[in-house]
Amino acid sequence: MGKGVAITGMGIISAIGNNVAENYLSLTTNKIGISEISQIDTIHKNDIMVGEIDDTNPILEKKLGIQENEWSRTVLIGTIAAQEALANSGISDVNEARTGFISGTTVGGMDKSEQYFYEYGDRPEVRQHITGLHAGDSTNKIAKHLGLEKSFVTTISTACSSAANAIMLGARMIKSGQLDRVIVGGTDSLSKFTINGFKTLMILSDTYSTPFDDNRKGLNLGEAAAYLVLESDSMVEKNNKKVLGYVKGYGNANDAFHQTASSENGDGAVLAMKKALQVAGMKPEDIDYVNAHGTATPNNDLSEGRALIRVFDNKVPEFSSTKAFTGHTLAAAGGVEAVYSVLALQNNLIFPNLNFKTSMKEFDLNPITVAKKKELRTVLSNSFGFGGNCSTLIFSKEA
Amino acid sequence: MSELKQELKEKIIEQLNLEDVAVDEIQDNDPLFGEGLGLDSIDALELIVMLDKDYGIKLADPKEGRKIFESVQTMAKYIEENRSR
Amino acid sequence: MKQSVYINSVGSVSAQKTFDNSFLDDVVLHNDTVINVIAPNYKEYIPPAAARRMAKGIKMSTVSAKNAMQEAEVAEDEIDAIIVGTGLGCIGDSEKFVSDIIDNNEQFLTPTRFIQSSHNTVAGQIALGIGCKGHNFTYVHSAISFESAVLDAKMQIEENEAKTILVGGVDELVDHHISTHRLIGHIKKEAVETMSILKSGTSGAVFSEGAHFFVLSNEKKSSCYSELVALKTFNVLSESQVSDETSNFLMEQGLTEESVDLIIMGNNGDNDFDSYYDSLSKGAFKNVAQAYFKHLSGEFDTASGFGFWLANMILKQGKVPASVQLNEKRAESVQTILIYNQYRGENHSLTLLKKC
Repeated sequence: MGKGVAITGMGIISAIGNNVAENYLSLTTNKIGISEISQIDTIHKNDIMVGEIDDTNPILEKKLGIQENEWSRTVLIGTIAAQEALANSGISDVNEARTGFISGTTVGGMDKSEQYFYEYGDRPEVRQHITGLHAGDSTNKIAKHLGLEKSFVTTISTACSSAANAIMLGARMIKSGQLDRVIVGGTDSLSKFTINGFKTLMILSDTYSTPFDDNRKGLNLGEAAAYLVLESDSMVEKNNKKVLGYVKGYGNANDAFHQTASSENGDGAVLAMKKALQVAGMKPEDIDYVNAHGTATPNNDLSEGRALIRVFDNKVPEFSSTKAFTGHTLAAAGGVEAVYSVLALQNNLIFPNLNFKTSMKEFDLNPITVAKKKELRTVLSNSFGFGGNCSTLIFSKEA
Repeated sequence: MSELKQELKEKIIEQLNLEDVAVDEIQDNDPLFGEGLGLDSIDALELIVMLDKDYGIKLADPKEGRKIFESVQTMAKYIEENRSR
Repeated sequence: MKQSVYINSVGSVSAQKTFDNSFLDDVVLHNDTVINVIAPNYKEYIPPAAARRMAKGIKMSTVSAKNAMQEAEVAEDEIDAIIVGTGLGCIGDSEKFVSDIIDNNEQFLTPTRFIQSSHNTVAGQIALGIGCKGHNFTYVHSAISFESAVLDAKMQIEENEAKTILVGGVDELVDHHISTHRLIGHIKKEAVETMSILKSGTSGAVFSEGAHFFVLSNEKKSSCYSELVALKTFNVLSESQVSDETSNFLMEQGLTEESVDLIIMGNNGDNDFDSYYDSLSKGAFKNVAQAYFKHLSGEFDTASGFGFWLANMILKQGKVPASVQLNEKRAESVQTILIYNQYRGENHSLTLLKKC
């Protein structure tokens, strides 16, 4: 079956670093990004821990040369990560080939919408944020800043699988010959909206999240942006591009079980992983490492664990969730973990699942808890979202 | 207690948009979840907010709700014993 | 060999009486700056237990999707994928959740509004309703939200990844959205009558809402409306680039402007941006029959779903209703339709449909 789609660049900003190198350093030195919230004024600040990006908006604005309070934080961090991805890929003229941009986001400009919700009438100077409530607006702004013209630019919003789905669509468009290259990933900033939303679902942990642990109490929200540059084989050949890895398989399926919760046996997750294996032309035993969704909610980790056991027939590969480092970065998570998957391949290193102590009662699955060297040829990455949305990506060293 | 039960039935219908259900159709011991009214886990979260807002009862763990929300009878009993408003 | 893509059915809930699949026999004339859908009796379509947590957008979508699935005679388990475009999702719930956060100082919030705020709630709930475990995507990119969904479906059918796909576009109109967009002049200040919208001479558009669903398939059913030949979107184009890109688009299909029988355009009567359409209607397409639709549907992110519906109805029924005709030209028979849409100079789309 299918050949992989080349990854030629990547960029990221998260609670554990402002670029790829800083993120890698944090992952290998167990430097976590989870702390008390400092940049949003919420009454829940003593009840939750979050993965905040260190830079404040004014610092981000300065780095990008953007006027004060012109953009949502989602756009600011998205632009930083997308720029790094382009630079990493060595692309200077973004319009010289058919280049697309596909971004995933759930909140878009919600950080500003919630701040000025009742103030737009009296304060003309903040009205630039009115159109920011459109999720697509954040993508458009990033695309413009990157200089994209006459291009395919779109936004995917499938909750916490958004960026994974953006990567999937990009890979499919390269394969079908509609684009020569495409920047894919996602961006989401923290907002009161998501903090309170997850609070109502009662799945926020009041301390450090503990993915796959029997005593897990819920997730830490995080914020991040992360993008990959995907290119066609002819582009890679023509420009003699260095390839960082390949998007080898992908699959999206719906759990069709519940609006927010995953089914007990992880039906959707099983389907997504099987589809991805099929697209990659691989068997379960070909997977060397699984970067799990692993949000540390009671429901997700049980459902995902069961799905892993079903797909891998009790021979589950070494796996870990990196969300204890970054928090759950919602729409960006699939992008963040795509970058981590490529880093794992490049360095033959499995990143640890921090804070894990006790195996879950329901099955005998223990994540990797200390960074582990291992020759990796393939990494499978899961991202699941509300609305039963389940996505799996498979990354490989070889095409 | 019977006044509280009547009040709860009205609130459940209103809060959960059970347009097609009348107050007198809900018996005190009818199960609220699964069979019976057919409520689900999202409804349970809605009811937890109702306990907090209207009766000053805070539940930290959604699992605690399962027993409390078995029926209008169990809900009323729990509220009587724990209410702060 | 790429599979052909057929549109086997349509479903519409719009500011016109389209939910019963009638074809603009009696045009509903509005005279306002914002218009709502002509709503069906939702109770006839949705059982009360299912409807109790549904936002307006989900209700509209359910009706529209049900109608489309029925007409295409596809069983629920034959749907391989569900793909939805929406500019703002169930924005009513999002806005209520935000105002609840502010008004109650982050206390006593309930989950339902937050859950409905997920942009993919429509696609997710349709999947849940019919038990569809296939590919489930939601595109949220302003004026090309719907086109992105159609493009995804087209790719899957062409590459034989799916056979039958439910594709739709939906947006709902709510108060805060209206009041804020009035502040920035995106909504017209003065009411305008439906049939004179293009002569308004004023800035802004008449805002509206709607839900349009279609069953796309690799197989041409007896109910078939059209074949989807090509679709392309552009993030930004200058007015002068519109003609060139349209020519290129047609050329890639071996066509010229003259071989298009009807061009349907998204003019909304906004004095500041309708000039994008003029570059085609007064340029390369001046001798081609022209139609418009936003006077009937109003403007919203997925209004082009109404344009897509219109094109399909015209191809199937073989007539162009007088109420949508934009110029004096008449095609003898309409075999090929090009749809061009943009919003405020951004997110342009070209869609080419052929009679099947």
